[in-house]
Amino acid sequence: MTNAWTDIKNTDLVVVMGGNAAEAHPCGFKWVTEAKAHRGARLIVVDPRYTRTASVSDYYAPIRPGTDIAFLMGVIRWCMDNDKVQWEYVRNFTNASLLVREDFGWSDGLFTGYDEEKRDFDKSSWDYQIGDDGFALTDPTLQDPRCVWQLLRQHVDVYTPEFVENVTGTPRDKFLTICEMIGECSAPDKVMTSMYALGWTQHSKGAQNIRGMAMLQLILGNIGMRGGGMNALRGHSNIQGLTDIGLMSNLIPGYLNIPTEKEVDWQTYLSTREFRPIRPGQTSYWQNYSKFMVSFMKAMWGDAATAENNWAYEYLPKLDVPAYDILRMFELMDQGRVNLYFCQGFNPMLSIPNREKITRSLSKLKMLVVMDPLSTETSHFWQNHGVHNDVDPSAIQTEVLELPTTCFAEDEGALVNSGRWLQWHWPGATPPGEAKHDTWIMAQIFLRVRELYQREGGAFPDPILNLTWNYADPEEPLPEELAKEMNGRALGDVTDPTSGAVVAQAGQQLSGFGQLRDDGSTMAGCWIYAGSWTEDGNMMARRDNSDPGDAGLFLNWAFAWPANRRILYNRASADLQGKPWDPDRLLIAWNGEKWEGYDVPDIAPTAKPTEVGPFIMNQEGVSRLFTRGMMRDGPFPTHMEPFETPMANVLNPRMRGNPVGRVFESDVANLATSDEFPFVATSYRLTEHFHYWTKHNPVNAALQPEFFVEISEELAAERGIARGSRVRVWGKRGEVWAKAVVTKRIKPMVCGGKPVHVVGIPLHWGFMGAAKKGWGPNSLTPFVGDANTDTPEFKAFLVNIEPAAEEPVA
Amino acid sequence: MNIDLSRRGFLRLAGAGVAATSLGAMGFGEAEAAEAAHVRAFKLATTTETRNTCPYCSVACGIIMYSKGDVKTGETAELLHIEGDADHPTNRGTLCPKGAALKDFVHAPTRLTQPRIRKPGASEWEEISWNDALDRIARAIKDDRDENFIATNEAGTPVNRWTTAGFLAASATTNETAWLTYKTVRSMGIVGFDNQARV
Repeated sequence: MTNAWTDIKNTDLVVVMGGNAAEAHPCGFKWVTEAKAHRGARLIVVDPRYTRTASVSDYYAPIRPGTDIAFLMGVIRWCMDNDKVQWEYVRNFTNASLLVREDFGWSDGLFTGYDEEKRDFDKSSWDYQIGDDGFALTDPTLQDPRCVWQLLRQHVDVYTPEFVENVTGTPRDKFLTICEMIGECSAPDKVMTSMYALGWTQHSKGAQNIRGMAMLQLILGNIGMRGGGMNALRGHSNIQGLTDIGLMSNLIPGYLNIPTEKEVDWQTYLSTREFRPIRPGQTSYWQNYSKFMVSFMKAMWGDAATAENNWAYEYLPKLDVPAYDILRMFELMDQGRVNLYFCQGFNPMLSIPNREKITRSLSKLKMLVVMDPLSTETSHFWQNHGVHNDVDPSAIQTEVLELPTTCFAEDEGALVNSGRWLQWHWPGATPPGEAKHDTWIMAQIFLRVRELYQREGGAFPDPILNLTWNYADPEEPLPEELAKEMNGRALGDVTDPTSGAVVAQAGQQLSGFGQLRDDGSTMAGCWIYAGSWTEDGNMMARRDNSDPGDAGLFLNWAFAWPANRRILYNRASADLQGKPWDPDRLLIAWNGEKWEGYDVPDIAPTAKPTEVGPFIMNQEGVSRLFTRGMMRDGPFPTHMEPFETPMANVLNPRMRGNPVGRVFESDVANLATSDEFPFVATSYRLTEHFHYWTKHNPVNAALQPEFFVEISEELAAERGIARGSRVRVWGKRGEVWAKAVVTKRIKPMVCGGKPVHVVGIPLHWGFMGAAKKGWGPNSLTPFVGDANTDTPEFKAFLVNIEPAAEEPVA
Repeated sequence: MNIDLSRRGFLRLAGAGVAATSLGAMGFGEAEAAEAAHVRAFKLATTTETRNTCPYCSVACGIIMYSKGDVKTGETAELLHIEGDADHPTNRGTLCPKGAALKDFVHAPTRLTQPRIRKPGASEWEEISWNDALDRIARAIKDDRDENFIATNEAGTPVNRWTTAGFLAASATTNETAWLTYKTVRSMGIVGFDNQARV
């Protein structure tokens, strides 16, 4: 989230698209209710189903799964056509005026540079025109045909209301009503917020769905505003933290990158991360990359990381592919190229697509280690559960170790909520039986491996032998020690580069990332968390819930990264002179000498408003309507069909799915067509359950005991399916049996002149736990992923459905 | 709106206060004593309160856990009750149907309590000690890493990656667990590293 849950009360219009917050985030959703009750805010829901969020909305429209880009580009076109643009914001705070290279273009659904063989774009033309001074050329009048604004105008031209209706199935009148409601928020004192979740990410073009809305929010001037922003409703309680700390193939904590093998040495690695400003006078804060990176290397390897050995650059693994993400790892496993696999609180048997392939892959491992508080499907993948897991244990040679861990009630530490708040929690219960903290387990594994290397030597032991491990009790590092390590501390005296004054003495905890240095005098495991545990103590444990000005910020409650800032880009809440666009929504304002207000300014405190742009992380100093070559599938979002679709892409019928989406050769033959599988399926959550966890809780298992699928009355009639009867749902990769919930909440849509039926598949059942045994959507979903994030396409795929014989009554 | 008085203290006061204020004020001194003697102490008054956050979605509602026994003093603590934390700015004491049933998640019948091993081809689990389990894991890591570690690529560039092992990290563990996991996994050169954010 750019903003916070509590900030939603400040909005005028909530758009829930790609999510179902009332059901999946109930206590956060009540801030929508608050805004509706106390500000007269309105709520729009666009979703294939009439969800529980829709049931309290002011306006609802259906949409065919996987067509959000067409809808959003249609809204942008409508806003441009009808002068619903926050012009001063667009001119000054976006890259609308920057000129793009002459050789950039778009036709037949593809941007310039597509190579069908490689399934990749040559992105060199997707860039600005750079002048002799090294800065991008601009046309502040926005009239130059090569400026971003004119190119965007041209790009969205195809997305007429008729086009939108034809592709998305959203009736034209409903689409236009929504355009009008959204358009009102282009006024500087009207603000819209976007609340989205996996309904937007789990597509082969998920990142572009989100780009589409971010662009709309910029055009309306809603980024950086109270009650505005792009609000990703993260799924799990610490998915934000795990991402921040970079537990992904290609990440280093704080959104730094693991090198590729083309970055043969430290100098090459840094040379592509200089982040020089491409407009005069801009901050381009990533220029400090080397300070964050050196401080990370010092946190990892301490005295073994020196200027002489390039901070132990050699210790880092180097990637030969963009990422060894989950899909790639299971593909390699299936090819017999993975031997050991660890699942720490993760249940891939239900969360990774094409379960048949997952079972087959796990069966090829030598050893699987599962650390979990619960007995999961993954740790039991080898066990026969009849139709629910029809395997032959004797044919599976994988050794499985199941290790009991503690859960939240028994451990201590911080979780990061969707609004980037790091909140500390304390243990209040004794772990059951022999369950252990994950920190203890990881320490035990590490220390035992290190001891084997000390004793026996072996393959490149240096990064293991020299890993910093100076905890009071090496066997069980304390949460406090680990949190302090992430925050960072001074290794030598840290001085102010201009005054020479000492800002942090050797050994002291740092108070912020501004104190980080690239000369080895500081260490920090995760630079964006600097300030979370300072010399003043644990900032994440703060519990002062006062809220000056009723701004919804709560600055003294816990700690928010970065720098305790509650609303990202808050500089953009004020105009070019530094005066708030809306006086009732003050966040920060320029007082002639510095920025001050309710929030921590997202700009240098004395940066003059007319000189320094508000988007300080960007080289341009402004936000991007056009993203240059930063996304693999285009600098603007363009309509792409899901890999499995009832309708060919009207922009280019030859194009299947995302032309650069993640798909492996071995899975292409496993993709369905609509001749055989005519119905569109989508997965979703229910409010009574949390993923695959709460089916272990007898209370939740009683609330929603049994796997079902949801279909319209029209589809039920067409297939002869009675309300509450048993059905078989099958796709190209598997089959499931479920109760049929026949509902008015789903209605057939008309796309390309033909009716499209949607089958809703909730995701909470498996073969372990207290609930009745069932299946998850992953028995049916395709093994394909997003072009940028590799996130699997769970939200749009094809199935068939028919009545099935009832189960025998036991 | 900070409540300085702990909720447990408040309840204790409130329990005693019913008799003291309503009867004592009317001059029923003896009746007050008799009343106080038979009023049962509020059950939660004898418990230990701990502040925590809900482990489910990313709203991260504040919760208060009530336990018999205090883990901070080394006692065995049994979790008795969980409720929403009224001081928390986001949820202000409310919980959803999942959060409201959290206590029964902690006590789920399928919570794991003992390390187990399933041997190749076996159809049943066997119990294993922590020590043996961890030794098996460490040995498997060492042997596979030594056998399959890629020190340099074809061009002779040091790449130091180990691709025959992978690690899927959790989504509800603490930042501190995440950091220790990061250190351990990266020091070994594992690149098949991912977390629930991917899906």
